[in-house]
Amino acid sequence: MKTIALFNTVGAFAENKDTARDIRVKEIIPALNGGEEVVLDFEKVDAATQSFIHALISDVIRKFGNDALDRISFKSCTPTVKKIIGIVVDYMQEGLGPE
Amino acid sequence: MHIPNSAFLGNIDPFLKSFDPAGTDSLKITANDKWISVHPAVLSMIAALGVTVDTGDIHCQKLEAKSSHYLARMGLFKTLKIPFDVPFVEHEPAGRFIPITQIRNSDELSRFITDMVPLLHLEPEQARTIGYIISELARNVIEHAEAEHGAFLCAQYYKKSNSIRIGIADTGVGIKATITRSHPAGTDLEAIRLALRPGITGATSREGGTEQNAGAGLFFIKSIASINRDFFIVYSGTALYKLLKKPASSSLRLHADPFKDRHSQEENLPAWRGTVVGADITLDQTAEFSALLDAIADTYKAAVRERVKARYRRPRFI
Repeated sequence: MKTIALFNTVGAFAENKDTARDIRVKEIIPALNGGEEVVLDFEKVDAATQSFIHALISDVIRKFGNDALDRISFKSCTPTVKKIIGIVVDYMQEGLGPE
Repeated sequence: MHIPNSAFLGNIDPFLKSFDPAGTDSLKITANDKWISVHPAVLSMIAALGVTVDTGDIHCQKLEAKSSHYLARMGLFKTLKIPFDVPFVEHEPAGRFIPITQIRNSDELSRFITDMVPLLHLEPEQARTIGYIISELARNVIEHAEAEHGAFLCAQYYKKSNSIRIGIADTGVGIKATITRSHPAGTDLEAIRLALRPGITGATSREGGTEQNAGAGLFFIKSIASINRDFFIVYSGTALYKLLKKPASSSLRLHADPFKDRHSQEENLPAWRGTVVGADITLDQTAEFSALLDAIADTYKAAVRERVKARYRRPRFI
């Protein structure tokens, strides 16, 4: 299992999409490709923008399908961060399908 | 550009109509002689335009209005690199305003947000909302506007109304140029309408957006303004969309289609080369952010479902 502590790279307000992309490309996707489960640890992250969460996980859901959600856990999220993750996960699943 | 005695989001239309975009090599600034009281969006526009011309080609009339020192305090003359001769007391910005700030890239934005939030001395929930708005708006400019000089933003806290007014402007390609890369839009107003819908981005026509863009930033900000019954404007090309204040008695339902919100629109304004966004956020009324997210989630899901369903093939009954 790979645990990614987000606060160290994104700070208390997670809004930098470039950082989100780096985490997705360099850490999340390689771990999932290697068969690992991933824990995204939001400890000390007070808030996040929808754009940040989208950049962090939308492509993972698109690449791995709904199964990605069985292999990724979101740890220590504030209620606000939980809701933003919920919005992104929902609209990605609603929209999965042909272009 | 003529700075009038008053130009806030509710009465900004005459200011926009009076703006003369002809002659892109120079900038002439005139102002009301008696009084100047304007929304940060106006200052952001002047700053964004001013940096596109040589300093020597900026002509600012001698400002007579007593309140003209406000423009200096907000950093307008410093940004334009032109002198301001009237003495004034420079106030510590903490708790009052964010002076005109130029944001050119992602790292500058992240640093700015970190530095800015403590300046405003807001409650954490309120600071989060303001940080959210500025981040999403400035990232739109950085990622989509192709603006050589980036984004110009400023904000002002108004104690009497306990509200924050935010303005951001760029002189990039404008919303129509970006949105029509993936979606048809015949006019600037149609492009603004699409840009305000959840899940529509110029980066792709694919549902769910690209790995970096969902097409939701402007919808989220319009929703924040709508839930708080505040003004919100988008001006790009010759079009203006203005979300109007909702009466206290009206429902707070969010709409995916911005034209279903109480709004006004203009289609034949002087052409702004780029995009201007202005938002007022009344802090007394700032709804709990999590409650707002519930409403956004429902509206967003319904909008995506509707679009996906519209693509369903229908059975042919013969």
